[in-house]
Amino acid sequence: MKIRMTAITTAALCLGLAAAAVAQDNPVAKREQMMKQVGASVGALGAIAKGEKPYDAEAVKAALTTISTDMKVFPDNFPAGSEVNSAAAPAIWDNMDDFKAKSMKLASDADTLLASMPADQAGVQQAVQTLGANCGTCHQTYRLKR
Amino acid sequence: MASTWSKIAAVGVAVIGLGAVTAWALTKPEPHPESFWANAGTPDLAHGEQLFWAGGCASCHAATGAEGDALKVMSGGRALPSPFGTFHIPNISPDPNVGIGGWTLAQFGNAMTRGVGPNGEHLYPSFPYGSYVRMSPKDIGDLFAYLKTLPASSNVARPHELGFPFNIRMAVGGWKLLYFSEAPRVELASADEKIRRGQYLVEGPGHCGECHTPRNALGGFESGKWLAGGPNPEGEGKVPGITPSGPIGSWSEADIVNYLETGFTPEYDSAGGAMVEVQKNMAHLPKSDLEAIAAYLKAVPAL
Ligand code: HEC
Ligand code: HEC
Ligand code: HEC
Repeated sequence: MKIRMTAITTAALCLGLAAAAVAQDNPVAKREQMMKQVGASVGALGAIAKGEKPYDAEAVKAALTTISTDMKVFPDNFPAGSEVNSAAAPAIWDNMDDFKAKSMKLASDADTLLASMPADQAGVQQAVQTLGANCGTCHQTYRLKR
Repeated sequence: MASTWSKIAAVGVAVIGLGAVTAWALTKPEPHPESFWANAGTPDLAHGEQLFWAGGCASCHAATGAEGDALKVMSGGRALPSPFGTFHIPNISPDPNVGIGGWTLAQFGNAMTRGVGPNGEHLYPSFPYGSYVRMSPKDIGDLFAYLKTLPASSNVARPHELGFPFNIRMAVGGWKLLYFSEAPRVELASADEKIRRGQYLVEGPGHCGECHTPRNALGGFESGKWLAGGPNPEGEGKVPGITPSGPIGSWSEADIVNYLETGFTPEYDSAGGAMVEVQKNMAHLPKSDLEAIAAYLKAVPAL
């Protein structure tokens, strides 16, 4: 488990770089990288929540900031017709306003948490629950396994 | 000449008649007798509630988009798309007029485990009684008593919109003849008690195979493909396999338990599609039940 978390953190760093380098003009790659970063950030919080890693205010702040930053621009990477070769559901383009609202909701939940930083393991557990509820709500309607 | 023709015609009619009689005999609804349901005992409401979540009743019978307490209002009304047409889910709240408030335990039990409606008609297998048939009379009694504690709703669902011949309930008899069985979906040679508990939950109330097993053109499970995954029966995309050779083959049993509890995969991806509601239901179960499900998923044949 330790190894896995280190791997996730390392992966998050690499992805951050890769996202910047590779995904410039490919919206599918760009949004999938963002989702991977968001996933890795929740993973970093999850490790603290589960007690696999000690509480670390800097790590918590970094994770929440990544989620907030990514989710504010995430919906900008869905030009018409870009569901091809991706897990994005066509329903996104029928309900773009709702899709954007769901993305912003996750960003603002992260902002709220940043404003009153979770101060210990219990706080991080709470944060993971709050953030996590957003993932399923959006994936239920807007992501398809292909 | 005329008499020959009429003889032939008579024989033909007789044959057709015989065929119809045989077909009727083979495919008529077969409820259990009243006595079968007489020994359900005093209902255990807490167990009934667990079966309610394990069985995912709310995912179909609550209103579209229901959350929180609204998930316990079994008003029906959701549309369930399928390759055969659109089903409109009925009201199973305790309302005495439009719900199941006036039903006997036998009527409820025969719907749940025989696919037979209160007037003796076949029910469509989009209601997953092909899985619920594995529940005992005691389970059914507990669940029925729990459902009666939920709020009543006066909603009346629209009739189903199905194409011919699926709009004829009699046709369901043929489906039952071919596919309806309470036999175990897989034979597990050395299953301990935990795995058998998992088998009951997955093959029975949890009805996991209804989405995770591919179907043929008649809506029956393809044989030898238990939990192997396939096209999404409710629309676009596909449903992943959940046997040890599927994507979850690399997950530990603890990873599977955590997924059912929180919706997060070991990579911190989060469940999507129809699995979101299933996961929220499973999160209501005791951890020991989730561990039993994980043990069973590790024990089924890798496909
Ligand atoms: C506003 C909607 C939305 C929200 C909120 C959301 N996601 Fe996603 N997610 C998507 C969509 C759409 C895709 C598919 C993207 C594609 O393939 O183009 C996706 C894909 C993913 C992927 C797979 C990326 C890949 O291609 O490898 C991961 C991991 C993921 N999400 C994690 C999360 C987590 C964790 C959360 C919650 C903290 C979350 N998502 C919240 C919409 C959302
Ligand atoms: C996958 C969706 C689905 C799930 C899950 C589901 N049902 Fe249903 N149910 C249906 C459909 C569709 C019908 C209508 C069948 C028909 O008209 O033949 C139905 C019919 C019924 C009926 C008969 C109602 C009538 O008026 O004839 C009962 C009783 C019932 N369901 C109870 C339950 C209970 C209890 C659960 C949970 C253990 C449950 N259902 C879970 C889809 C579902
Ligand atoms: C209503 C349909 C449905 C039912 C019922 C259902 N599943 Fe699923 N399941 C899905 C879908 C769709 C996915 C893909 C989720 C996604 O897109 O992230 C899935 C994903 C999964 C996964 C993760 C697989 C992966 O590769 O990510 C597991 C584990 C799982 N289901 C277990 C179960 C178990 C155990 C049950 C029974 C208690 C069950 N499912 C019942 C539709 C269903």
